[in-house]
Amino acid sequence: MLSRKIVTLSLILLLPMPAQAELDIFACEPEWAALAVEIGQDHVTTYSATTALQDPHYIQARPSLIAKVRNADIVICSGAQLEIGWLPVLLQKANNRSVMPGSSGYFEASSFVERRDATANVDRVQGDIHPLGNPHVQTDPHNITLIAAVLARRMAELDTANAQAYQIGLDDFSVRWDEAIINWEAKSAPLKGKRIITHHKSWVYLERWLELVEVANLEAIPGLPPAAGHLSGLVSRFENQGADFIVRSPYQSARASNWLSERTGISALELPLTVGGTDEATDLFSLFDHIIDRLLEASQ
Amino acid sequence: MSVSLRGCILCMLTTIFTDNALAQNTDIEALRVEVAELRQDYESRIAELEQRLEMAERSSSAALGAAPAPGGRNTSANSAFNPAIGIIFQGQAWNYDNDPKNHIVQGFPFGGEAGPFDEGLATGEAEINISANVDDKFTAWLTVPVVIEDGEAGVEIEEAWIETTALPGGFSSRFGRFFSGIAYLNNKHAHSWDFADQPLPYQAFLGDQYLDDGVQLRWIAPTDLYIELGAEVFRGSRFPAAGAERSGYGSNSLFANIGGDFARDHSWLAGISHLKARSFERPSGANDAPILFSGNTDTTIAQFVWKWAPNGNWKQRNLVFQTGLFWNTDQGEYTLPGGPVLTTDNDQRGWYAQTVYQPFPRWRVGARVDGLSKDSIGNGFSDSVLAAPADDLRRYSLMADWSNSEFSRLRFQYTRDEAGPGNDNQWGLQYIFSIGAHGAHSF
Repeated sequence: MLSRKIVTLSLILLLPMPAQAELDIFACEPEWAALAVEIGQDHVTTYSATTALQDPHYIQARPSLIAKVRNADIVICSGAQLEIGWLPVLLQKANNRSVMPGSSGYFEASSFVERRDATANVDRVQGDIHPLGNPHVQTDPHNITLIAAVLARRMAELDTANAQAYQIGLDDFSVRWDEAIINWEAKSAPLKGKRIITHHKSWVYLERWLELVEVANLEAIPGLPPAAGHLSGLVSRFENQGADFIVRSPYQSARASNWLSERTGISALELPLTVGGTDEATDLFSLFDHIIDRLLEASQ
Repeated sequence: MSVSLRGCILCMLTTIFTDNALAQNTDIEALRVEVAELRQDYESRIAELEQRLEMAERSSSAALGAAPAPGGRNTSANSAFNPAIGIIFQGQAWNYDNDPKNHIVQGFPFGGEAGPFDEGLATGEAEINISANVDDKFTAWLTVPVVIEDGEAGVEIEEAWIETTALPGGFSSRFGRFFSGIAYLNNKHAHSWDFADQPLPYQAFLGDQYLDDGVQLRWIAPTDLYIELGAEVFRGSRFPAAGAERSGYGSNSLFANIGGDFARDHSWLAGISHLKARSFERPSGANDAPILFSGNTDTTIAQFVWKWAPNGNWKQRNLVFQTGLFWNTDQGEYTLPGGPVLTTDNDQRGWYAQTVYQPFPRWRVGARVDGLSKDSIGNGFSDSVLAAPADDLRRYSLMADWSNSEFSRLRFQYTRDEAGPGNDNQWGLQYIFSIGAHGAHSF
């Protein structure tokens, strides 16, 4: 009798444990970590190599990042050479064959959407441009929709035991996301046609989505700090309210945009380029909530 | 009349209101349909994109990190498999109080590439880097410096190595000719150094950088703390080894590195490594009258690197501190110019510490102190360059550089050299430019 009890007890103990985190995700940027959590919920552990306060073009290939890549099941990055200054070193040093380019553990988000401004004729005279197109694809929620679908499928492929959970996660996310897009699009209607000056070409996808018109950049040449001559040129061009916003990301120095704002009266805004960029932008939903709220606020 | 008018107004109002409500309803309905259509559209586009991506991935021979571009035109031309090619231009102008041709560090005759730059304007070298994945399991790298010396150009093969990309268990192996993984700065290419020259212990004990033909095995632990272990065997034909002893397996090394982050602002790397190099008639000192050494050289190196950037946002502001300690023992026979052969243990030590600060984008300033010291080596050497110097040797360097982009750098460096025969003021201007593909830099 007692022995039967022991057998039963041990059988219970041997039963599969409730699902733990089964997919170890290394995201190059916070938006992809956030998306992976939306799809994978508690089946995934995520680590983001960068925060919203860091310029993802310039990251040190730190030992801690190599250790994280070593243990990752999947590496999710924007791609289009955004991380060309550090990701190749992480991959080379981490000795993790399952996340090498070409394997299913390597996921370049921007390659699943239509990248803007891809060009075959590149010359470094043009500065820090990306021949494969602009990599900052996360600022258009329709891009997120596309990437979510492919990512969920990839996650299911890597962790077949939870394939169904990822499908459910994706479906749940998609319903909420589509609804949110409808709301954002309705809410942001007054922003149509607003003229925007951006620090770096980080917002081209948001501009296309909200039908904003980019009239200038603070960086005369992408990737190089705003030059004084270029900025004073912008003053004369825009001093008569020739634009509606000056937008920078949290990792960019506020000096140039504030300087221009003071001289032109155009309001300078710090917009979160990704999750964590402001206190309010805690996930993908609040990220876009917050971007649109700030733009609306500034346009009144 | 009035009744009917009122009725009519009422009727009109209701129509307007219901119309409005209806319009809103149909709007939402239309949006819903649109979303459904969009989604269908997405699904088919995703399928199409995935297919294209798979094809791109299959046909892509791009180097690490290169993205498969959907929409990239397929081509049957051979150039599709062209490796990444980058060229680095370096040159400098150095000025000395004392003639660098007479430069000698008492107690530490240099070997290998070490030593001061030529005086005056000089093109250093144009370094051509070529790299590509060989296939799904191997990647290859070639560095060919074109050196211009005394008006004549010479080509040599500096690095030529293959590395595995698909070993299991956190292992990788490199073989060919490569810079040893010992000591933090040993495998850093000259264009990524923070000062124009290497610290004194690298010059004295590794001939600037230990480069040789060999094989390396490297392992990364599956831990959150970065732990790297490595072992190497080399032919032993280059300083501090010589003569390809032990039938061409003349030197071997071990190295271990650990590292991590401390909050968002700090990251660090600490390491210890050991090189055992065997020599037969290894030359050092003056070219026309070298000292020859035969025996074993043991070098142990401890190092620490600390990097800081507010919020980890490297581009705006950052600071790097690094230090290294070297213990070096030559055990064997020295043949001095003119004949005498003396047996000895030559115990030497070296160290350096440096800090480089970037206060805002493009500009950096740095300071470095480096030094060497050694124990008395015995009376037989008292008149030779191997005799211990009266005082420990020191140098002090300051540098400032400006980088228009990651691909261009102009540097000024001043060095107060108290390690040579007389105290020397040295200053130089250096340029480093890079065109073509430029690989990412390691930590």
